[in-house]
Amino acid sequence: MHQLWAIVSKGDNIPIVIMLFLVAFYVAWALRQAFANDKSIAETAKLPVPDKVHVWPYLVRIEFLGAIAIMVIFTIWSIFINAPLEEPANPNRTPNPSKAPWYFLGLQEMLVYFDPWIAGVVLPSLIIVGLMLIPYIDTNPTGSGYYSFKQRKFAISTYLFGFTILWVSLIFVGTFLRGPGWYFFWPWVTWDPHKVVALTNVNLHEMFGIHSKLIAAFFGMIVVGGYYSLVPLFYFWKKKTIPTLQKMGLVRYAIVSFLFLTMMALPIKMILRWTLNIKYVWVTPWFNV
Amino acid sequence: MPIADLKKTVTKSPIWKSVFRHDYKDTPRNRYLQVLSNVWLHLHPTKVSRHAVELRYTWGMGGISFFIFLVLTVTGVVLMFYYRPTDQYAYYDMKYLMNDVPFGAFIRNMHRWSAHAMVITVWLHMLRVFMTGSYKPPREFNWVIGVILLVLTLLLSFTGYMLPWDQLAMWAVTVGTNMARATPLLGHEGPLGPQIGMRPDNDIRFLLLGGTQVGPPALLRFYVLHCVFLPVAAGLLMIVHFWRIRKDGGISGPTGKL
Ligand code: HEM
Repeated sequence: MHQLWAIVSKGDNIPIVIMLFLVAFYVAWALRQAFANDKSIAETAKLPVPDKVHVWPYLVRIEFLGAIAIMVIFTIWSIFINAPLEEPANPNRTPNPSKAPWYFLGLQEMLVYFDPWIAGVVLPSLIIVGLMLIPYIDTNPTGSGYYSFKQRKFAISTYLFGFTILWVSLIFVGTFLRGPGWYFFWPWVTWDPHKVVALTNVNLHEMFGIHSKLIAAFFGMIVVGGYYSLVPLFYFWKKKTIPTLQKMGLVRYAIVSFLFLTMMALPIKMILRWTLNIKYVWVTPWFNV
Repeated sequence: MPIADLKKTVTKSPIWKSVFRHDYKDTPRNRYLQVLSNVWLHLHPTKVSRHAVELRYTWGMGGISFFIFLVLTVTGVVLMFYYRPTDQYAYYDMKYLMNDVPFGAFIRNMHRWSAHAMVITVWLHMLRVFMTGSYKPPREFNWVIGVILLVLTLLLSFTGYMLPWDQLAMWAVTVGTNMARATPLLGHEGPLGPQIGMRPDNDIRFLLLGGTQVGPPALLRFYVLHCVFLPVAAGLLMIVHFWRIRKDGGISGPTGKL
């Protein structure tokens, strides 16, 4: 407990605690308004179109008060809590654990489940590109300009899952539950720098009794390839009957399913690791997945 | 009445009239002029949808992010008066700021905490833009600019994290930049990297750090990125972002179509 408090009250970790509350609060507020709007759309089939107001004074006064409020908060915060300054940089003394800045801890946490080239390079790039693509792959014309849920179930659930579970809660785990050696420690367990965990990880092909490297490489390719191609197959199967699919078109659909499956690969691999101790699903001489 | 007379003389004088273009009486015309004739305020249109001034719709998060960016610019410039980005001085300049410079600790704290806060407010802004579907046509491109702003915000925070040159800074940046080693093709530990001739001293991480480990050249590089390149890039994109909000028809809202 004592140690948990020491971590929580570290200057740089206070923002994370604040963030957890803010994220919970704003997600709840957004969903509340979404459900309220869903209801009034269902009942009256319309939402009132707002009229216009003068920027001076109605907007400028909000900005003014907002600026004052922020300055007050930051002033108090800066008077009472000092920014950390540790010992001088020393390339010969590696702290254990070494942690990236808090907003990247989700990425660092992914290193447990994927090799650095995936967790540190490919996935972050795909997150950025994927976010940029959202407006171009979401062809649903409804739900623009008001909170809603019913009209955009897939979009909103996916975004909230990615943001709250895969991004925010992994930051939480990385900050508060990862100790020396990046081992997992419950909050009430004292960090033991000598903790050793027996390495019992296996690769997927070994579970199937495959020993030849060549066959293993092909096996992995089929598993990963199959994972990515199942959902596109669904397109050809259902294209005729589901109008949304037709409207999206093959290219958009392929991009959406690729990004979605890549995102879901993280929780899938986490679960495989926790339950079956699986390290890699695809092993080749050059890279492992 | 001498005071009323005095007021009249002052406000009717050529000097006063050269500075203030209109009087202050609360008329619709003056409300427009108040925004239009003021260089800072005319970032706004003169009228906005009632929806856009409702806190429960925008949460004010974009505006708050922008304001925090301004706070960071001001406090950051103050810090630059006391900070030298070299191995020899950086850490001790920080010590000096924290212990001896009047209000030095206060300014540094405010810079640090605002930086953390901005990361959070930008995430929340993005959450609200997504939840209100405000990236849909005609605002697609402004969302793309927003994503670049998000990346720049994170990079600004990350490059700044290195500058105190203490253990925390050095190792956080080491962990962060070690990823670059594993870049496919471009890193010396990435898939197919070694096969095409990547070594620790010629790969993409070397380019980023100016060395094979986080050392003085990296400190200087991050300093220049942090104080010049990234803030200028973010500032320019914010101008585009705000411009596009107006050109795309102002803050989104219900249009009557569902
Ligand atoms: C440095 C960061 C940013 C600043 C200073 C900023 C600022 C703003 C401001 C002041 C607004 C006006 C409405 C509001 O406050 O909500 C706005 C709207 C908008 N922002 Fe940002 N923003 C930033 C980052 C982002 C990001 C990360 C995204 C999304 C990826 C984004 C997408 C948008 C869009 C699409 C609008 C129009 C919303 C509408 O019409 O309802 N912005 N931004």
